[in-house]
Amino acid sequence: MKLTGSEILLKSLLREGVHTVFGHPGGAVMHTYDALPKYPLQHILCRHEQAAAHAAEGFYKASGFPGSVLVTSGPGACNTITGLTDALLDSMAIVVLSGQVPTDVMGCDAFQEADVVGATRSCTKHNYLVRETSELSRTIRDAYHIAGSGRPGPVLVDLPKDVLMGKAHYVEHSGPIDIRGYKPSMDGHPVQIKKAVELIANAKRPVIYGGGGIIHSGASEELRQLVDLIKAPVTLTVMGLGAFPTDDPLWLGMLGMHGTYTANWVMTECDLMIAIGSRFDDRVTGKLSEFGKQCKIMHIDIDPTSIRKTVEVDVPIVGDVKHVLRALNRELAKVERDWAKDFAPWYADIATWQREHPLRYAEEPGVIKPQYAIDTIYRATEQYHPAVATGVGQHQMWASQYYRASKPRRWITSGGLGTMGFGLPAAIGAQTALPGELVICIEGDGSFQMNLQELSTCVQYNLPIKTFIINNQYLGMVRQWQEMFYQENYSQVDLQVQPDFVKLAEAYGLKGFRVDRPEDMAQAVERAVATPGPVLVDVRVARNENCFPMVPSGASLRDIIEFGDPPPPIYLGVDA
Amino acid sequence: MSDTRTHILSLDVENKAGVLARIAGLIAAKGYNIESLIVAETLDPSISHMTLVVRGDEWVIEQAVKQLNRLIDVIKVRDLTDMKTVDRELVLVQVDAKASTRAELLEVAGIFRARVVDVGSTALTFEVTGDPGKLEAFVELMRPYGIQRFYRSGKMAMQRSRQTGGAES
Repeated sequence: MKLTGSEILLKSLLREGVHTVFGHPGGAVMHTYDALPKYPLQHILCRHEQAAAHAAEGFYKASGFPGSVLVTSGPGACNTITGLTDALLDSMAIVVLSGQVPTDVMGCDAFQEADVVGATRSCTKHNYLVRETSELSRTIRDAYHIAGSGRPGPVLVDLPKDVLMGKAHYVEHSGPIDIRGYKPSMDGHPVQIKKAVELIANAKRPVIYGGGGIIHSGASEELRQLVDLIKAPVTLTVMGLGAFPTDDPLWLGMLGMHGTYTANWVMTECDLMIAIGSRFDDRVTGKLSEFGKQCKIMHIDIDPTSIRKTVEVDVPIVGDVKHVLRALNRELAKVERDWAKDFAPWYADIATWQREHPLRYAEEPGVIKPQYAIDTIYRATEQYHPAVATGVGQHQMWASQYYRASKPRRWITSGGLGTMGFGLPAAIGAQTALPGELVICIEGDGSFQMNLQELSTCVQYNLPIKTFIINNQYLGMVRQWQEMFYQENYSQVDLQVQPDFVKLAEAYGLKGFRVDRPEDMAQAVERAVATPGPVLVDVRVARNENCFPMVPSGASLRDIIEFGDPPPPIYLGVDA
Repeated sequence: MSDTRTHILSLDVENKAGVLARIAGLIAAKGYNIESLIVAETLDPSISHMTLVVRGDEWVIEQAVKQLNRLIDVIKVRDLTDMKTVDRELVLVQVDAKASTRAELLEVAGIFRARVVDVGSTALTFEVTGDPGKLEAFVELMRPYGIQRFYRSGKMAMQRSRQTGGAES
């Protein structure tokens, strides 16, 4: 029996293990939405396609299974572009299924037509235009395979209306997938692993610098084993947080622009950098010409293009982090060395930095400091190991410092692209993937307003997300830069004109309350967690607080500015 | 970073719509201009072969090769720049040909093994193949007669086989 393209599409999704789709209907996908109720697929109706894409990212990060998005042609597909780009930079596996005008009018400026395959070519890992109904089953299989394997990433499948409405026999593609141009190498080369063992065995001041690749590859356990073997201190990028427990004595804190003093100094003083699933982003390296000059560098990454992209590496190992670490750990176990004893002077340096340069801020009576707010959220909720999603800005960096995420797949943030408005939809995706578990969304007042329409989605599906708006009535990160680097010229950052978020919550049909005294903060968090259903908490914080430490853009990691340091010289002409 | 030079990349790619755009887009994103590009189907009709000539920084080209390899529609990429290759390019050149110059033109063409592919009342069209040096020499000799039209195919390069390595035919 022949099925319609829409039926083949939905059947293929189920076959690939998809049970949740984030989407928004429209003209080109009417036919698919018509068929949807016949299939056991949960559809989450997001209020904006950008949010659907971020929700799919949140779903992926929380579950490890590619997130799925279904949108219409033209504006629907174009609205996913920010999400696709975000997913590309942070290696998030999502599949966007976009409607398209019928093939016979493609290229004719038809209603709601956009060249989506063309527009998304540079912001997807791969994309497809399906021209025949009979190609659908196979294409969906390949799309999910490409999204989820190797270095994960976004895939878009463009679906012309006539392809969805046409009929074909459903062909079950369930065997192994063989795409001749796509063969990610999983196992590291044994020769390279041997060289890496040699580097590690001879190091006196090593540091493990891990990134999101550890999370994506599910290698936290292997990282733990590596640390247990060689007793090296660990720092993680913002994408890697959660891969290593933050209460471990070898934990240094996050590194990079808003990382800890210790983590950044360890990077400048180490004699061996063990980069694992991290990509030497400019937020991590600071001034490239001064980065890693004093040390050897080994780099494990599944994507060969990440290796030697900006930083010269002594021992590159192309492979999946989990596979490579297993092989590496096996070899390292044979090395006879009293690691902890050899590293004693290194530990002593680290202990001094940690003692003299901890994360700190000044409390102020009667005012909630944003750091205090997040620290309080952490203390009140860590027992639940919640998934924490954030927006982008100062609140995100404070959350990365003070919400000490200790489990993989529980820290969800937009790292590479820095997409404001990411938090709430990502939390929706996480909550969908983790029903019955606590999901916390930490947003800024600016970032939150970029996707606040998704409060309706939370209410419609009774997603009990606890959202905390760290509200300083500013675009705080931009304000901070203007204060520090632009002679306090506060151009277009004042957000005092903003909705009453408590009333907004009520208008959307969820519980909302405000907290503006530090002594009420802990109780507010407990109240939010205890209240069933979605909750929005407007946390009024000190308006002019800056996020420290900070490595000014383009500066060396050694130029890190801490809380209480004198104002930095003006870095004119620095990169953004 | 390092010096700039011309690279010859040889690519086996899926013979599908959009593949060329992906490759061109990737090179364009580096801010590099593609100097020449030849694409055609291979013996296996599902695969096309491309010879892509691009001038750029060693470091950036190395990245570009890796990124080309990462494209799902690209099956194989080789940088032939430092390999022994047979390079060929085809030129079509239409030259003013008066009764007084026609014989001279044909004589030069003969030396370069250029073939006459079209004869008009005021012009001759030659087809020449060879390495770029030979073609440039031919064009310089044609220039004084008046070149009406001049099209180059772009360079095609093939690795030399091991057995005959180096023997120019």
